[in-house]
Order: sequence, then C-alpha cells, then structure tokens
Amino acid sequence: MPFLSEIFQHFLPETILAVGVMALLLIGAWRGDKGFALVDELAVALLGLAIISIVLSVKPDRSVFDGAFMDDAFARFMKVLSLGAALVSILLSVDYLRRAGLEKFEYPILIILSTLGMMLLISADNLIAFYLGLELMSLALYVMAAFAREDGRSSEAGLKYFVLGALSSGMMLYGASLLYGFAGTVAFSGIANAVSASAPIGVVFGLVFVMAGLAFKMSAAPFHMWTPDVYEGAPTPVTAFFASAAKAAAVAVTVRIVITAFPGADQQWRQIIVFLAIASTLLGSFAAIGQTNIKRLMAYSSIGHMGFALIGLAAGNEIGIRGVAIYLAIYLVMTLGAFAAILAMRVDGKSVENISDLAGLSRTNGLMAFFLAMLMFSLAGIPPLAGFFAKYYVLLAAVDAGLYPLAVVGVLASAVAAFYYLRVVKIMYFDEPAPNFDPSPLAVRAVLALSTISLLVFWIYPTPVMDAASVAAKSLF
Amino acid sequence: MAAVLFYIFATIMIGSACVVIFARNPVHSVLFLILAFCNGAGLFLLAGAEFLAMILIVVYVGAVAVLFLFVVMMLDVDFAELKQGFAKHLPLGLGVGVVVMVELGLIAIGWQSAPNASYAAASPMVANVSNTAALGQILYTKYAVFFEASAMVLLTAMIGAIVLTLHHRPNVKRQKISDQNARTRDNVIEIKKVPFRTGV
Repeated sequence: MPFLSEIFQHFLPETILAVGVMALLLIGAWRGDKGFALVDELAVALLGLAIISIVLSVKPDRSVFDGAFMDDAFARFMKVLSLGAALVSILLSVDYLRRAGLEKFEYPILIILSTLGMMLLISADNLIAFYLGLELMSLALYVMAAFAREDGRSSEAGLKYFVLGALSSGMMLYGASLLYGFAGTVAFSGIANAVSASAPIGVVFGLVFVMAGLAFKMSAAPFHMWTPDVYEGAPTPVTAFFASAAKAAAVAVTVRIVITAFPGADQQWRQIIVFLAIASTLLGSFAAIGQTNIKRLMAYSSIGHMGFALIGLAAGNEIGIRGVAIYLAIYLVMTLGAFAAILAMRVDGKSVENISDLAGLSRTNGLMAFFLAMLMFSLAGIPPLAGFFAKYYVLLAAVDAGLYPLAVVGVLASAVAAFYYLRVVKIMYFDEPAPNFDPSPLAVRAVLALSTISLLVFWIYPTPVMDAASVAAKSLF
Repeated sequence: MAAVLFYIFATIMIGSACVVIFARNPVHSVLFLILAFCNGAGLFLLAGAEFLAMILIVVYVGAVAVLFLFVVMMLDVDFAELKQGFAKHLPLGLGVGVVVMVELGLIAIGWQSAPNASYAAASPMVANVSNTAALGQILYTKYAVFFEASAMVLLTAMIGAIVLTLHHRPNVKRQKISDQNARTRDNVIEIKKVPFRTGV
C-alpha cells in the first residue's frame, strides 16, 4: 500500500491547481471585481508553478489512484503544452477584458478549472476519469464562450457550443457504457486485455461513439460544425484558449485511448482516424478559402491542423505519436501567435476582425506585418519554419506505416491551404493601407514576437522539443 | 409475487411513457413522466437495487421532473404549433426509425461480449451489505479522486451559473439588513411638541 504522500507526488500539479483555484475563488469573492488584477496575476503564478512542478519532477512513470490516473512522460508533455497555452491565454486576455468591460475575477478561475479538467483528461487511465476530466474542461469552456453576455454573438456561441457539446457528451457516454458492458471494466488496460484477441461488434460500436464525441471536442470534420461560429462569437482571448489548450488535451486523450485501450482493435480505430484526418484536412483547406473574418479563418485552419495531427495518430506507432506530440507543440505556438496578432487588430479602441483590415499593414506597422507573415508561412508549412517540420514528421510517420493515400491527401490539402495563408500575406504587403491599428499592450506584442522567433529558430535548435516528444511517445508503448 | 409486481410496475411504466409522448397537454406529459419514474424506482427495488430506486425518486422526481414542470409552465411554448408538421414528416421519421431498428437488429444478431470480459467483471455482492453501504465503501476510498473531481465539476457549474446570470443593477433599492438592525428608537423617532390649535 503506497503512502498518500507518494501518490500526491504524481498528482502534484493537479493538487496545486485545485487548491490554488479555491484560494483564488475566496480572494475573488472577498475583493469582488476590484480583485481582478490580483486574481489574474495569481492565476498566472499558479499555472507557472504547475508547469515548474512538472518540468522539475524526476519521477518514474506510474499509475496512481487505483489505475485512474496515469502519470507518464506523454501526460507530462501534453500537460506542459496545455498549461503553457492556458498561461499565455490569460496573459493575452488582460487588456482585452479590461477594454470590453469584462473584468470579472471569474475569468482566470474558469481558465484554471478548465485546465485542471484538461490535466485530468490527459492523465485519464480509465473511462470514469476520462469522462469527468472532459466534463470539467468543457463546462468551463461553455461558460467562457458566453462570457461577454451582453454581446449577442457571444451568447449565441455559448449556447451553440453547450447544446452540441451536451449532445456529443451524450454520445460519448453511450459509447463508454457499451465499452464497459462488453469489456467488463472501465480501465483502459482492462479494455485492452478484453479486446486483445478479437474485438466484438459491441466494443467497436462503443469505440465509434467515443470517437465521435472526441472528434467533436477537437473539432475534426465531420463534427466541426460548431467551430467557426463559436470561434467567431466568443471573446478573442477565449477563442485563443479554445484553439490551443483545449485542442491539445482532446488530441492527447484520443491518442491515449486508441493506443492504450485498443491496441487489439487497431484496424477498427485506424479506419475512423484515417477518415477523420482526410475529412478534416480537406475541409480545413477548402472551406477556409471563402472566409473574410480572420477568426473564422483560424477556425477552419485549426480544423485542418487537427486533421494533420490525426495523420500522425493514424500511423499508430511510436514515430507517429512522436509526430503528433511535435505537431501539437508547434501548432500551439503558431495559434497563440496568430491570436496575439488578432488581438492587436484594434482601430480607434474597437476590435476589428476582417482580413481586409490588415491591408497594407507592411507600411503602417512593418514589424507586426513581418511577424504575422512569418506565422502565416509557418501555418502553411513552408520551410525552414517550424510549421514545415510539424507536417514533415506526421507525414513521415504516415509513409512509414504504409498509409500512402493519406500522406498524399495531406500534402495536397496543405498545398491548397497555403493559398489562403499566402493571401493574408499578400493583403498585408500589396494592398492599399487600411486605417492604422492602435498601439497594442506589451503582453500581446511579446507573445507575437516570441512565438514568431521561436518558429524561426526551431530548425537551428529543435533538440529539446524533439527529445521530449520522443520520450513522451516511448512512454505510451 | 415478485413477477406479479414486476408486470404491474412494467405495464404502468410503459403505459405512462406512451402517455408522455402522446398527451396533448405538456403538463400532463410531465406528470406522467413522474409516474414512469416512480414505477421505474419500483422495478429497481424488485431487482434489489434500493439505492438506485432512492436516487431515481430523489433526483429525477424531486429535481429533474419539477424543473421540467417549471420550464413547461414558465416558457410560452406553443406545443400545438410544434406538432403541426408531425403528419407531414411522419413517413421520413418512420423511415429513419426503421433503418436504425434494422441496423440495431443486425448488430444484435452478431452480439457477443469480449472473450476475456468475464474475468474483468465485478464479483457478486457480499450478503448482508446493503447497496448504499457498499457504494459508500468504495466511493470514499477507491473512487475518492473521482468524487473530488465531480465536486470540481459542480463547483464549475455553480461559478458558471453565477457569472452568466448575476446582474448588479446600480439603481435598485436593496434591503440592507445591517442598516435595519442598526436602527434604534433614538435615531429614527423624533418627538415633536405640537402646539395646541396650530398644527405642525
């Protein structure tokens, strides 16, 4: 019987967030909305502390709480990504919320609660932990989508996300109940044992439903319908959080479920993942072409990127999972950078969201135009920027696993997607200037600059990310 | 005896479930839903799951159905209008229903549980331990972390409901209990000597 302190070593980052968020709640309740700045800073500190506690830990991989919670290198990698994205989202949000009159102390608290859900989700090693983590994450996200409740579009986004999210949770629960019924256990390792010889139809049935629910959460086509509307309607920093941290957690748990619970049913899940990957990459590249709103463009872009991450998962081997991990890390940096740029788009104190508002940016704000252009090149996957390597590693894994058609579709979709990314660059550099943007706050400029620079220099020194991703992928097999 | 009770509960439950769907008045639907829940609880009792029976009554009848009743009464939903296209869309709906039924039937024919599933299945209950006690014994030990996680989910729901609905309107007069309690006879009552035949 292990000591509780031993177990909590593996549960330390979650404990920090859970205890910390309750302390923040008390501070917020005591100080009211005057305490927003304080709660916000403490929230950043908490997330930072959780990241440090993960990075500095030197523990062996271990499953705690009776097989409910897996603390392995893969979980740690993904948690650092989610926590980092949450931290940056809070930093990006401060100025926006202040200007929009949304300085409520609940905002950072909801972000932390959601992040706590993501961490439970990423570490989930059985169906109950998986579902609870997912609901904790989603419930906070629904509220955040509707956070600007005076704004009709934000309320609409919240309602749409909530109704469709509840539907997908229902499907997933149905699938989970079938899995439990047919495998006789909720533990992923137990399910893997039960289906090691052959996967009965009931298990496959459950797998399909669980996959549908997960595809909804990571907005992979054909379960992406909510994404553009929600991304457009939700306050921009919230959208940044949706597009970064939430996606990382959803992909991470998908990887964990198919790899650890269904190694015996790889034919079955691979079909689903390959279909999701093809549909998402194609939809992400073609549907984005006609968009005029940059947040909608990013929504379709994120659908396409999820498709690419799933290409790596479809390979289903260690190289593939390493590809997924690298892809997510680079994708998060690109997305957060792009949303920092969107947050900087502000004319006469009002946010503007049309791509045409970027026209002639090279002449009015050359540095921002350069950073955004580099981000677009990276999103399009043009070497030597980091976005190219992200795509390279997942496609490499697909080819390695013999999934040639999938790799071909991925390359073609990426070529189509390059069109709309490059169109943004063209508008910035060759069109007649639109009105100047207001000066943006330090945090936004810093995130934009740091993300672009890290994408630019990735090819010189990729070792830390590559090594961490390799270790993470190895821990799953 | 148990069989007779089973058939009584089951018949009433299915019957009231049908009435839920076909009743014209939505309030009647909700009332029959409550009847269906109560009979469901009876079925659980017969199966020896007394905890589930209690929970069904407490949660579904006590909270969920009452919530439905509030929603039905407070929202002005014109159910006659909602049902207008019913006949027109019936063939399509029936078609989809039949397809799903056939598919489920096909799967049911090929139904089998995983070969190793029986090893993993839970062992039967020890005699003399009630359901509730057995659940309590694992809920606060083996599943404590899930219990805590559910608590966080509920906390999130509470914060969310407050954030989205609590309005502080500035021009509303509110009751201030501290002010009320601080009132004494001395600072609120003023005694005036009214002169005779002149008034105040």
